[in-house]
Amino acid sequence: MSGHPATGQWFGAGVRRVEDPALLAGKGCFVDDIHLPGTLHAAFVRSPHAHARVKGIDAAAARALEGVHAVISAADLPDTARTKRLPLFVPNPAMTQPLMPHVLAREEVSFVGEAVALVVAESRAIAEDAAALVAVDYEPLPAVNDCLAAIAPASPAAHINSSSNIAARFPIAYGDAEKAFAAAPHVFREHFYLHRGGAFFMETRGAIAQYEPQKDAVTLYVSSQGPHTHKRGLLELFDFGEEQIRVITPDVGGGFGPKSGFYPEYPALVAAAMKLRRPVKWIEDRRENFVASNQERDQHWDLELAVAKDGKILGLRGRMVHEAGAYMSHGVVTPWISACTAPGPYVIPAYKLDVVVAFTNKITVTPVRGAGRPQGVFVMERLLDRVARALKLDPAELRRRNLIGPEQMPYAVGLIFRDGKPVTYDSGDYPACQAKALAAIDYAGFAARQDKARAEGRYLGIGISNSVEGTGLGPHEGATIRIASNGKITLFTGATPQGQGHKTTYAQIAADQLGVDIRDITVVTGDTSVIAYGVGTVASRSAVNAGSATHLAAIEVAKKVKRIAADMMEVAPEDLVLEGGFAKVRGVPDMKKSFREIAVRSLGMPGFALPAGTQPGLENTTYFTPERATYANNTHVAEVEVDTGTGEVRILRYVVVHDCGRVINPLLIEGQVVGGVAHGIGNALLERMVYDENAQPLSMNFGEYLLPLATDVPRIEVHHIESPSPLNPLGVKGAGEGGTITAIAAIVGAIEDALAPFGVRITEAPVTPQRIIELIEAAKS
Amino acid sequence: MSEIRRVAVTVNGKAYERSVEPRMSLGDFLRHELELTGTHLGCEHGVCGACTVLVNGLSVRACLMLAVQAQGQEITTVEGLARADGALSPLQQAFWEKHALQCGFCTPGILCTLTELLRDNPDPSEAEIRATLSGNICRCTGYQAIVDATLLAAERMRGEGGAR
Repeated sequence: MSGHPATGQWFGAGVRRVEDPALLAGKGCFVDDIHLPGTLHAAFVRSPHAHARVKGIDAAAARALEGVHAVISAADLPDTARTKRLPLFVPNPAMTQPLMPHVLAREEVSFVGEAVALVVAESRAIAEDAAALVAVDYEPLPAVNDCLAAIAPASPAAHINSSSNIAARFPIAYGDAEKAFAAAPHVFREHFYLHRGGAFFMETRGAIAQYEPQKDAVTLYVSSQGPHTHKRGLLELFDFGEEQIRVITPDVGGGFGPKSGFYPEYPALVAAAMKLRRPVKWIEDRRENFVASNQERDQHWDLELAVAKDGKILGLRGRMVHEAGAYMSHGVVTPWISACTAPGPYVIPAYKLDVVVAFTNKITVTPVRGAGRPQGVFVMERLLDRVARALKLDPAELRRRNLIGPEQMPYAVGLIFRDGKPVTYDSGDYPACQAKALAAIDYAGFAARQDKARAEGRYLGIGISNSVEGTGLGPHEGATIRIASNGKITLFTGATPQGQGHKTTYAQIAADQLGVDIRDITVVTGDTSVIAYGVGTVASRSAVNAGSATHLAAIEVAKKVKRIAADMMEVAPEDLVLEGGFAKVRGVPDMKKSFREIAVRSLGMPGFALPAGTQPGLENTTYFTPERATYANNTHVAEVEVDTGTGEVRILRYVVVHDCGRVINPLLIEGQVVGGVAHGIGNALLERMVYDENAQPLSMNFGEYLLPLATDVPRIEVHHIESPSPLNPLGVKGAGEGGTITAIAAIVGAIEDALAPFGVRITEAPVTPQRIIELIEAAKS
Repeated sequence: MSEIRRVAVTVNGKAYERSVEPRMSLGDFLRHELELTGTHLGCEHGVCGACTVLVNGLSVRACLMLAVQAQGQEITTVEGLARADGALSPLQQAFWEKHALQCGFCTPGILCTLTELLRDNPDPSEAEIRATLSGNICRCTGYQAIVDATLLAAERMRGEGGAR
């Protein structure tokens, strides 16, 4: 697709964000900052058991507390919200048990934190007091705390009405793996485990449901990654028409995936607001956040890699067990992505993976920044390091030999993605990306640095990680651009930022076509009443989808501006240029019409006909519907020092070379990449969501679950390569997750390299200081 | 259910007086009683630092201090950091220029923490900034741009001869 090169003054410029002055002055508007008159406050009664039968609920004491307005359990919900389970938006035939949660638990709770009832009171404090008074009669049942254990024959069932804990099973395969392995001179086997972590956005989830009886309509204010999904969810669970539900997402304090989900709390709040006819607010507290907001990563991989004598990969095969947690809220999206990410930037002639998705009695797994890709990258990169060591090849050289070359683009991997379409890398120069990263970190000089350090009793290591990331997936995202009768320009989109800077980047894209300053374009996000359809800002998709929609809509509006202005000035549209809010006749400084004048003309006058075939207004709505994903790629190289006495890892240098196609705003891209790496550092070194054998969560605060701090994250050096995508008019690819996806393997690889003198092999993440000491001790003995 | 206490405080130079339950945190008091919603609560257990405000010039977790403990004290919140004419402070300005915020939720607490740092140490090293900043969690930025913004603001403030 081409023909509208988005070159201009704004696209590509590292301009400061229009969002920031308000946020810096404390004038942002997050959901808890909204105070509607008469608001009541909710607290949820949550299961303390990982698995139990609910035999009864006695709310009498809670209801009797002064200031309590209602205690609502499943029995008190409207019919549809009581009987239906939450909708599954991503069905897939691979799912044998597409089990979704109820709004409020009925006969069974399946994880610690599952909501059983909500209390609505005058204040949050009273609601919490009352929630503690709700007596739920539980009959505890055996719980499943690990996905491998879940598929063992003797495992208890995670759900009482299920005969099996297997939620889905599907093969991913291409080429002839059996033949490749039969003939291979070398086969390497490994088991990998990637541990569970959370998004831990700084603003917890939260929502306000408002019911207006005079309109018989509900407004839900929710901290989310896309209000349209929530509207769809409410339409499924309540007997409402399209016009009776409006969902608004104000400023959002981070999302990273789990805020895209339609959670049970939201319909429960709507039911409460309808019952009480007052706005009901719920702000998740951090303890709840640890048990009620979805998490990701738990996967076990058993893999074999077949390689030729020169290190060329011949085939990859094995089994991956993915933990679903309690419900299938995001279907098979995450494991499917993991499986399709493993081949990465390498030529792999044959691949066969058996993917098993298993229920456990833990909080549901849905994508967290990276969405299954960090695992796929980790297993591949760790296998390559294993091969390099065994065949005494330089790890960078081994990778280079296997990388897909730029001359092979577009490259059909052979895989079928979950949308049924082939995985085809659209553009990129992977060898150049790796070479640039190696040069930046002075890879050639590392051996000398390592030797010198070892002579001083210090252990340095270097790790390389390459990734290819499918971004910009459909189905669509839209933009409406409208020039009001006073000349003001507004852009409406269903893409919903959580810190990405949409209000700046989309204004940049539109400003180039409309010939105005970005400050002249107001970008409105997060409101189902301003644009009919939206998917939301997830999956590194918004620059591609909403960005392209913005670009195409702006072109159409610009055309109409010119057509009407040309008519007004009796010139040809081709003679006009848009500049500073005017349509100007080229070379004739006096001949111009303001957007205001043109907008007024576009609306016509009462009693007068518009020219034949003309729609009123300076407005266009375009939905961009990409045919398939566009693939970004990264190389990360980490140089670390490991203290073999304490197990502490210090990242000495960290280089990223990042290719996300054409860059809309380098300042913002760099922020996304660096922030993504920080998340990856957490996954590599710190973040452990620990459960006991009964699936009771043990890490329930930021003292027990460690997030990376300013002293943990080193200075990260970011370089760019721009391989434009041919699949969208801007040539852009997604950029929000590559940092996280690629980082874990690079850091763990560097640690293993540092500990090579001890013979330590690392096949898991995270590796905490304690774990590193254990691995050193185990290798010694 | 519990007794009500009068609390009189000065916030950003303005006097306020409210009746509150003794169990109300300073963070909830600022946000919900005074409607100064710029102070954000991120963890409510004293680790993330999002709720950091200055009490008599010293950084304090507003989630770990009770409103009644603030009786008679002078508090500065993010809403009070800008200059008298409403212009952004040098630190806020540098945050903007260096892209030191993404979602902006942790930003108010970080600004308060670093405002205190730059007052007490006009020429901090990167390591000193990181050590101070390690009491605030940011999930978006990876901290690098925050460090750079702080260094830039310090340099500019020294250039102004310490005038703020």
